[in-house]
Amino acid sequence: MGSGRLKAALAAFFLSFQAHALDPAAVEKLAFGDGDDKIEAIGALVAEGDPKAAELLKAFAEGELQTSGKRVLIVKGKDALDALTGAKVAPLPSDREDVVANNRLRGAVASALGAFKLASEDRNERLAAVRALADANAAMLPLIRKALETEADAEIRGLLELTAAGMELKDGPKEARLAAIRKLAASENPSTKTLLLEAASDQDEDIRREAQQSLRAVEGRLELGEWLGLAFAGVSLGSILLLAALGLAITYGLMGVINMAHGELIMIGAYTTYVVQGFFRGSAFFDWYLVAAVPAAFMISALVGMALERSVIRWLYGRPLETLLATWGISLVLIQAVRTIFGAQNVQVENPAFMSGGIQVLSNLVLPWNRIVIIAFALSVLIGMWALLAKTRLGLYIRGVTQNRAMADCVGVPTARVDTWAFGLGSGIAGLAGCALSQVGNVGPDLGQGYIVDSFLVVVFGGVGQLAGTVYAALVLGFANKLLESWSGAVLAKIAVLVFIIFFIQRRPQGLFALKGRAVEA
Amino acid sequence: MKRRAVVKMLAIAASVAAIGGTSFSALAQQKTVKVGILHSLSGTMAISETVLKDTVLMAIDEINAKGGVMGAKIEPVVVDPASNWPLFAEKARQLITQDKVAVVFGCWTSVSRKSVLPVFEELNGLLFYPVQYEGEEISKNVFYTGAAPNQQAIPAVEYLMSKDGGGAKRWFLLGTDYVYPRTTNKILRAFLKSKGVAEKDIEEVYTPFGHSDYQTIVANIKKFSAGGKTAVVSTINGDSNVPFYKELGNQGLKATDVPVVAFSVGEEELRGVDTKPLVGHLAAWNYFMSIKAPANDEFTKKWGAYAKAKNIPGHKDKPLTNDPMEATYIGIYMWKQAVEKAKSFDVDKVSVAMGGQTFTAPSGITSTMDAKNHHLHKAVFIGEVKADGQFNVVWKTKGPIKAQPWSPFIPGNDKKKDEPALMADKKA
Repeated sequence: MGSGRLKAALAAFFLSFQAHALDPAAVEKLAFGDGDDKIEAIGALVAEGDPKAAELLKAFAEGELQTSGKRVLIVKGKDALDALTGAKVAPLPSDREDVVANNRLRGAVASALGAFKLASEDRNERLAAVRALADANAAMLPLIRKALETEADAEIRGLLELTAAGMELKDGPKEARLAAIRKLAASENPSTKTLLLEAASDQDEDIRREAQQSLRAVEGRLELGEWLGLAFAGVSLGSILLLAALGLAITYGLMGVINMAHGELIMIGAYTTYVVQGFFRGSAFFDWYLVAAVPAAFMISALVGMALERSVIRWLYGRPLETLLATWGISLVLIQAVRTIFGAQNVQVENPAFMSGGIQVLSNLVLPWNRIVIIAFALSVLIGMWALLAKTRLGLYIRGVTQNRAMADCVGVPTARVDTWAFGLGSGIAGLAGCALSQVGNVGPDLGQGYIVDSFLVVVFGGVGQLAGTVYAALVLGFANKLLESWSGAVLAKIAVLVFIIFFIQRRPQGLFALKGRAVEA
Repeated sequence: MKRRAVVKMLAIAASVAAIGGTSFSALAQQKTVKVGILHSLSGTMAISETVLKDTVLMAIDEINAKGGVMGAKIEPVVVDPASNWPLFAEKARQLITQDKVAVVFGCWTSVSRKSVLPVFEELNGLLFYPVQYEGEEISKNVFYTGAAPNQQAIPAVEYLMSKDGGGAKRWFLLGTDYVYPRTTNKILRAFLKSKGVAEKDIEEVYTPFGHSDYQTIVANIKKFSAGGKTAVVSTINGDSNVPFYKELGNQGLKATDVPVVAFSVGEEELRGVDTKPLVGHLAAWNYFMSIKAPANDEFTKKWGAYAKAKNIPGHKDKPLTNDPMEATYIGIYMWKQAVEKAKSFDVDKVSVAMGGQTFTAPSGITSTMDAKNHHLHKAVFIGEVKADGQFNVVWKTKGPIKAQPWSPFIPGNDKKKDEPALMADKKA
């Protein structure tokens, strides 16, 4: 793809070098030598500055380099090129052996190729190259100095100077090292901290003092990223808890049904996503399967929920204990049904391509796309639900029936049907939660079991019958969990949060926000 | 289509041959021997264990097709302990007392093995345990065909310390909260200290079974790694590995910066994970599917054909083999050899005959059952994840090494005998 541009760049960069063929000794070392030999060979090949060297190194890093006897081949699919001469080799020899590149070698190749790209015409390519060079070894220093001579872009210059400073730090005269340390104070790269830590235990006192000062500056900057990361993790967990609990906020919060099968409705949503994904597999629109999966998950879970309401739960209104037992039984039936249909093992739900990877916000803070999408999704579900409850006739009916069933009945609201719709709505939202959860966790028959306790916690903590309470509770629990986890580990954090909730509910049984005025309970 | 037809023909031919064989030998003897399979087919461990059940079934099919063990057909008894540790003990008791199985192949997590151990010792059953574990145990009723710490964990850490492994100075030990990770990390901690690693350069973190939110942990790894070249040693077990590796990839933690070496992640666990961001992360095992050896070609081919014939989900389209499958396979064949040597299914006699058994393992190495300590001599391989989910072997031992179930890095172990206690007592 970028190889044309790369070649042009290389030609420009290495104009001063005389072009010649690859050094056979270096190629042989790269293919047959041990780790140290290979590193040496990579250095030698870079120094040659031949575009063919870049191609060879790239093939090596990507595992396309093979040997056959004494010959070294670049094998791409069914085609093979002789690495030395560039001639086509056909047919493929059968005695090929892979030339294995490990992490150390791949790292060396990446920074070597980065050095090539420093001369690229494209600003973004140069920027990426400098970033890749941040951890390069000192052998690259002359290349970087050369690039500094011609670089005009301020941002890239800054990064280049930092990288050079990191390399100069290690050896050289004291004055140069001190200057390098001072420069590094402006760095945002976590690996700078490593360098400065080393310098901070130097024998020379001046260097030690200066390094500690720079270290504090760098740490201060890194700390911001760490806190922001923690906050994001809290919001992300909060959004997941919110999604899991929103449906329950309707079925339990508004309607008062202790629905132990809520987790299984989430699980059904996740499995629906899996099935929809199956339909899209192999098609060009695979990345957009979620667009179909979201409404499908809502519909299927809503239908299952409505069927449950019609067949079981409706006969148990006002008998919470029996409802609890019946829905518990239903949850077991649903788990076993899914296990029978899809098998007991987890099923694979793949992230669409746009939900993989993350966005680099700070040097030490990457926000993963899948979490960002889920936060946005939770928000839109929340808004949609609020609009439905507050702005539509169905919402009015639901609120009316839950506040005063007899009165609503008297003025002609079909209460029985409204119950079914409301329960379907709550279940459908559980299905949406399942669709979202399938993107971050595992999808298996037991998926719901892990969320049922959390969902009830959120609803009870927020205050039964209060949507706003549910939102706050989810966020508070998300933050608390993540904050504690970073202090005390995941196991203790979970325990601490549960203990906290127990005490909280004892002190304030009505939850964070209590319904005021004429209560529903009457 | 054509291939399916051929497979069908073969299957029919095989079954006809099998029927012919049985009716013929049925005149002579109608003996069968029951063999128990005790692997979780549901719950958090199902991701790893289900395939081991199928491996045992495949080996049994093979052995039966060749006339069984001492003329007796093997009849598998499959139970599902559902990743529920007490249920393992219950099912083990049922297998031994009700089904009267001659041997049991089973367990993955050490907590499940610890839970069935008293049952096997009380009822004098025989268990083949196919997974790497933390050591600190020798039972006369168990044969351990997976690796002990010195056959997996310690070589892996040594590799990461070496120049080729990146020369790690700081260590982030991350595991699921139960006996295997805790003990392994205890051993590793002592080992690292013996290599001069300071206390502040080791961090130990545990998560519950089935944990699925690794945001903070990955962020903490990043933070920790700013203090020096860091390697992560992961003893996460079960389906938690999927969200962990997803988070690693999404947060852009590259193997060239912070390599993660895992002891419970193989080809099967990485199925369905997008492995492109994970290239270069490591696993230490005694077998990889990518190993080039005639025995391995045969093994992977057989597994592929079996998976297709039995319609095993996932494997029928993309057959994968891994280390515990290999260990399971070695175990059942060694048991068969031992039975034939002992000329009996009796547990004590088979146990004695097990010592010194050899088998050409799919890893291409002749594995030997140690004469005394019930563990296999195994070679160690360290592999890096490739973009296609397979592993590139980047380091291996010269040959098989003997297991040290009592790690020398745990104080007091030097006095323990390298053989089951009861046998030692008898000799004394």
